[in-house]
Amino acid sequence: MEMLEAILQNINVATILVLFTLGYIAGTIAEKVHYKSIKQREKDLLNLPAITSKELVDREKIKNAALVDGSVVISQDYFKRFLASLRNIFGGEIASYETLLDRGRREAILRMKEEAKKLGATMIINMRVETSSIGMRAKGSIGSIEVYAYGTAVEIHP
Amino acid sequence: MILTNIDSVPGKKIVEHYGIVAGSTIRAKHIGKDIAASLKNIVGGEIKGYTELLQESRTQATERMVKQAEQLGANAVINVRYATSAVTQGAAELFVYGTAVRVA
Repeated sequence: MEMLEAILQNINVATILVLFTLGYIAGTIAEKVHYKSIKQREKDLLNLPAITSKELVDREKIKNAALVDGSVVISQDYFKRFLASLRNIFGGEIASYETLLDRGRREAILRMKEEAKKLGATMIINMRVETSSIGMRAKGSIGSIEVYAYGTAVEIHP
Repeated sequence: MILTNIDSVPGKKIVEHYGIVAGSTIRAKHIGKDIAASLKNIVGGEIKGYTELLQESRTQATERMVKQAEQLGANAVINVRYATSAVTQGAAELFVYGTAVRVA
């Protein structure tokens, strides 16, 4: 009976360790790949700026306005989530979550820009970005976030 | 139907104003997608199932708003805003609103 208990406990510890390593390795690789793709696509879309102002452009030159949007649901890996829960004890900056939010926002904006490009737009004006947390299990847990970006895609004729 | 989130439709003039129109939808998560998402939560990264679900819901809310605007006789909705709120555990409300107008 004692042995069985010991084995069961060890299984639990082993599972958590496996999840940690899996989360750490897969999460790190995924993040690197994602950042590489984000940087490349941002470079490609440099000629299609998105601005948060709506008055910067001369309205008489604008043609074909349409609402465009982009969204992404992105989640943190198991290891980094554990690190963040440790941070919650001592307080301070949670650097591992900054990259998650950064990736989410940039991805959503890129998707919006890609949609605008398909429409033949030259600029996006009055862009808004909204972030909401999607709790997986416990209340208030930020396991995953949703980022939603939208704006008005316009064609500008000089 | 023209949708913009600025206070006019560029190149056109607003001839009539119909007030606020809104559309909303409340969606719960699908259990199959939920299991896939919890697996994805281990390694991190994008949860495509949820991205699609929320995008579909937003399209539905927008369609409802557009329908309401059409019934009023509008041909454009300006100043469109989106909002998301969590209603209960595992369900989200997607809300979209704007001003219905007729442009010419």
